[in-house]
Amino acid sequence: MTAIAGPGELRVTVQLSRKPRKPLLWIAEHAALVTIAVLMVAPVVFVILTSLMTSNQALTASVVPNPLDWSNYARVFTELPLARWFGNSALYAVLATLFMLLSSVPAAYALAQIEFRGAGLVFTTIVVAMLLPPQVTAVPQYLMWSHLGLTGSLWPLILPNLLGDAFSVFLLRQFFLTIPAEYGDAARVDGCGEWRVLWTVIVPMARPGIASAAIFLFFKSWNDFYGPLVYASENEASWPVAYGLATFRGQHGSDWSMTMAMTVVIMVPVVAVFFFAQKAFVEGIALTGVKG
Amino acid sequence: MVTTTPAARVRRRAPAPPSGTERRRRLVALAMLAPVLAGLAVFFVYPLLASVVYSFTRYNQLQSPEFVGLLNYRFLFTKDPQIGVAALNTLWFVVILVPVRIVTAVAVAGLLSRARSAAGFWRTLFYLPSLVPSVASVVAFVFLFNPGTGPVNQLLRLIGIEGPLWFNDPSWSKISLVVLGVWVMGDLMIIFLAALLDVPKELYEAASLDGAGGPRQFRHITLPTISPVLGFAAVTGVIAALQYFTEAAVASAVASGKATVGGGTAASLGYPGTSLLTYTEVLYVRGFASFQFGYASAMAVVLFVITAVLLVLTIRRVSVFRAKGISS
Repeated sequence: MTAIAGPGELRVTVQLSRKPRKPLLWIAEHAALVTIAVLMVAPVVFVILTSLMTSNQALTASVVPNPLDWSNYARVFTELPLARWFGNSALYAVLATLFMLLSSVPAAYALAQIEFRGAGLVFTTIVVAMLLPPQVTAVPQYLMWSHLGLTGSLWPLILPNLLGDAFSVFLLRQFFLTIPAEYGDAARVDGCGEWRVLWTVIVPMARPGIASAAIFLFFKSWNDFYGPLVYASENEASWPVAYGLATFRGQHGSDWSMTMAMTVVIMVPVVAVFFFAQKAFVEGIALTGVKG
Repeated sequence: MVTTTPAARVRRRAPAPPSGTERRRRLVALAMLAPVLAGLAVFFVYPLLASVVYSFTRYNQLQSPEFVGLLNYRFLFTKDPQIGVAALNTLWFVVILVPVRIVTAVAVAGLLSRARSAAGFWRTLFYLPSLVPSVASVVAFVFLFNPGTGPVNQLLRLIGIEGPLWFNDPSWSKISLVVLGVWVMGDLMIIFLAALLDVPKELYEAASLDGAGGPRQFRHITLPTISPVLGFAAVTGVIAALQYFTEAAVASAVASGKATVGGGTAASLGYPGTSLLTYTEVLYVRGFASFQFGYASAMAVVLFVITAVLLVLTIRRVSVFRAKGISS
């Protein structure tokens, strides 16, 4: 490896990078891209196709639904308390996200933009809390909620977000770190306190980052299986959809078409939210592991 | 290093404030952190210490904790018939699932980083599967790979191969979950893609001029610059594999076709056979299905010690987890 090229040579190298690729390489790369794309999309296509079959056809070798049977989408709502489970999931995901934002945005700001002794220790504790498996603290937490009489509901999974979520604080801090301290300092010189700096300077600038942290927690709550299994499995009325789906398959044997309809119904909100806020989301993922 | 953004580098050049201001800033910072500090105390530090205490007791819902010394640990390490199997299965996921996912994600990210046209389109497409709720993706895969009429074995039959029983065969069930793990590698891929795009193009061009070919460029330019991300992916991947639960539990429940996962019953866990029984599944059964809080706590402490050792050994090498490296 040589030293970086000087200014004169740089122009040459830029020229080089524009030269057309070898056509064979281009074909090979695109063949690979298309193959991966097919493998990525095919499972979802099969799921959707099966969700449109009759229960009997889903048990056969056929791939294309014939006749098209939309009734599975109605049946999952009429034969199962799916609307209720949906409501539970929505309540869980929305409240958890709102509570997290209330508690974690100021905390992340303090860690990223205010210089004070002890910040390092707090941050390291948050990282460790974020990385340790939740099972490590699960038993005493369960006993706490059991004493409060809140097991059998999703509240033990929602309420803790009022006291912060470690991963969200971590992610928000990563975003806030990318905002140069000069912006806050300028506002401070003008006499702004830290809360006003946060609200009027940082939050508007970090909107994509905050959106990304919110979406992460929304998805994590919507997809959560372990939490509802521990806290809500005894009470069917409080199940979220993800938990209901896992249990439903067990009860209804091999009704694949109905199961696939339910699978699609669970995926729809997640995919919708993703397309709504795709850019913020992809930035957020990159930031968890790379930048900062 | 490529791991710092320009914005992060210019931060924190404000002159040291006078000490009165310093104290006020600290108070404001503490006020902003108060809920999170309380949360760490109530939902992290206390339960961690309580787990250690409970692990030395016999404790169930009917009676208060009774001190039994090392009994739980002795049973865990010498007598529990499930632990050995579960630990080996979990280790299998650590050793196979984690590297397979990382290698695939790096390869696909590398391919994407070379795509000039429609890069955003491919990226979104490859990322989408990792958005699917894990319960839904497991249910979908058990259907796709079901031995009789599943599309995968149908396709294999078209080319004259009789496919395995996948989720219903103890020697294929873990492999089936690895296939699923590869399908949902999109989040890892995005992280690697961001790292790859951070590698200055000039480095490759300079290397090309020097006559270094593709493999040597990968070895000497790509690998060193993405190694912090590899570290991140390895550490978080191993920790995720140590607590592998949802995919295994749901796959067992759906493929066995008979039992529900919750409701106090855990009859299907491990199916087929004990091939998918993981450490955290045993912990779940002990703690929340048979309410042996003392024994489950001992299992939690062992899991904690393993994870903690791993973190102590590695956390300083992963730049995003360092408090100092970022803010200076």
